Amino acid sequence: MSESSFSAMRQSIIDGAPDTASGLAQEAVATGVPPLDAINNGYVPGMHDVGEQFARGQMFLPDMMASAEAMRAAMAVLEPALKKQGEERPMAGVVVLGTTKGDIHEIGKILVGTMLTAHGFRVHDLGVDVPGEKFAAKARELGADIVGVSALLTTTMKNQKGVVEALAQAGLRSQVKIMVGGAPVSRRWAEEIGADGYAKDAMSAVALARELMEQKMLHAAKDPA
Amino acid sequence: MRPRLQMLEKSLIERILGEAFQLIANPGVRVAPYVVELLQEAGIRVENGVAHIPETIARRAIETVPRQFSVFDRSGRPAVNYGGDNVHFDPGSSCLNILDPKTQQPRPALAADLVRLVQVAEMLPQFAAQSTAMVCNDVPADIGDWYRLLLVLWYSEKPVVTGAFSASSLHTLLELLAIESGGNDALRAKPRAVFDVCPSPPLNWSEFASQNLVDLARAGVPAEIVSMPLAGATAPVTLVGSIVQHAAECISGITIHQLANPGAPIVWGGAPAIFDMRSGKTPMGAIETAMLDVGCAEVGKSLGMPTHAYLVAGDGRVIDAQVEMESGMSTVLGALAGINMISGAGMLDFLACHSIEKLVIDAEAIASAQRLIEGLEPRTESLAAAMFAQTGLSGDFLKLKETRTLFRKEQHFPSSVIDRGLPVMDEKDPGVLDRAHQRVEELVASYERRPLASDREQEMIAFAQREGKKAGLDGLPSILDPMYEREPRLV
Repeated sequence: MSESSFSAMRQSIIDGAPDTASGLAQEAVATGVPPLDAINNGYVPGMHDVGEQFARGQMFLPDMMASAEAMRAAMAVLEPALKKQGEERPMAGVVVLGTTKGDIHEIGKILVGTMLTAHGFRVHDLGVDVPGEKFAAKARELGADIVGVSALLTTTMKNQKGVVEALAQAGLRSQVKIMVGGAPVSRRWAEEIGADGYAKDAMSAVALARELMEQKMLHAAKDPA
Repeated sequence: MRPRLQMLEKSLIERILGEAFQLIANPGVRVAPYVVELLQEAGIRVENGVAHIPETIARRAIETVPRQFSVFDRSGRPAVNYGGDNVHFDPGSSCLNILDPKTQQPRPALAADLVRLVQVAEMLPQFAAQSTAMVCNDVPADIGDWYRLLLVLWYSEKPVVTGAFSASSLHTLLELLAIESGGNDALRAKPRAVFDVCPSPPLNWSEFASQNLVDLARAGVPAEIVSMPLAGATAPVTLVGSIVQHAAECISGITIHQLANPGAPIVWGGAPAIFDMRSGKTPMGAIETAMLDVGCAEVGKSLGMPTHAYLVAGDGRVIDAQVEMESGMSTVLGALAGINMISGAGMLDFLACHSIEKLVIDAEAIASAQRLIEGLEPRTESLAAAMFAQTGLSGDFLKLKETRTLFRKEQHFPSSVIDRGLPVMDEKDPGVLDRAHQRVEELVASYERRPLASDREQEMIAFAQREGKKAGLDGLPSILDPMYEREPRLV
């Protein structure tokens, strides 16, 4: 596949154009382009570009949402094709995501999920209004590396603490890192409730998730048991 | 003439209400099982947890809402009068953090901080009411909501804007208020508190909120709807679109509330905000947030409803020019809009943090806004000519009797927080933060608690000990903190 095709894929993500992104993915599969090439050389750089533009204040949340939609449309074509070929993307880590109990808002969480997926994490999204026990149960089931908890309202952010407690009660705290985010949330709040990190936006969430994975690996290397 | 701010044409208000009534019918409003029977009995169709409220029923409910009602101070005097264009202020509520008075760094709020804030707000006439301003992080969560109300009732005689953390704890709070008032009937006749009840945007009256609405209506204790559309995130991006959603949430809440007890007092209120498309934060100090508040209140006023809004808050993380610019602007706009209860003073950092120093600075903005809405009045028969007749062109107005008689009416005199170039100011630090800190210290030092009748105090303590025991506590939590020189003590 030519550089111009990868460039078109990247642009479809920047433009937030799901139909174009999906069409280009189908074309790639039909013409025998390895799905991993399309993902790594076309779509992921597009998402990375979007993240950087957002961080610089040149793109806004509605633009990010549209890009996330386009990324999902492309992956909906490429992931089944990848599976068919018996291949898998190298996996950066397993993340369980959700919005805390009492909160039905998921914009931020969707963006974080999309960016993490784009950067090689396997993300399981529990949706909204998720009690702490459900986070713990899913983390145990999937052997998750990270649990990400979002909250939009000051009234619901305190339930993030419940997730930290639920994971501790389930005996998972040493295996699972917890990151929190959301409009009213801060680094200080994360420290207060005993979470492992706070990310202010989707791009920072990727950096944080990578850092937490490194910490995990370091810990595992020190204490293999 | 009292100056007024008007942001919506009458025809636009009608369109807003028209669409709000459409929304509560279709797609409808999510409600909790607790209210389904109540709604169905009134002829409202409820399917899969969604109530489809016909306009006729909603309008009937609006008709039964009292246009005016009072909330009373400890002595039984009506201290807050909801309705018309009356304007009152109270400190922002339920904050998790406070700017430490010494370090000016944020930290979790403690019970001692709440007591200190209550004492300061008690001494400031700008605040007609108190609020349960903070979550006391040093108190077990199980007793958090009644304990903070107990502290406010103990240290304040003013009415209280409060709220329950859960459906069940509302009854504990009502029991405490009834003890303080001298029984349920006394509380109903002269309510000391108004309870914030928050729908979840968009158009969702959760189990907790639905239950609070109904139970407050039946107790005859005022409810204050705090609808929180976040424009562009949990509500339409257009400010007017979000005002429609706010109206639909208020009207549906009023319908549930009035069906439970027609004529029970309720307030058309809210904490709307824009959703910042760069940060995902909800800036309370943004001008568009203030525009939302004013617009929402205007729609409520068009229906004759008592009103509330969340203003006087800034978004910076320390007390600085940004925070006070934002807070001052919205204070003035809220007052000009004639909003009955304006909450938010003292708060910064997107409502995540309280500051008692900011509270006293905000009190100055409030006093200025209160002066502003007194307007310009012709206080003398001749506006100026008679005074000129006495002075000629000498410019000697300072000697005139009129000057001496009228200057106190014409001019508001701010406290020492505001630098007006007084000689005494020269000796103080030129920074407003230091002046505010000193003012707080002075107010706390001059505060004197007036005890309740001893039998009521004993009953309140017995209540607290009983409820504390239920939560597994042996005695009441301490509210002492070594950081304060004058340690507040409950008993």
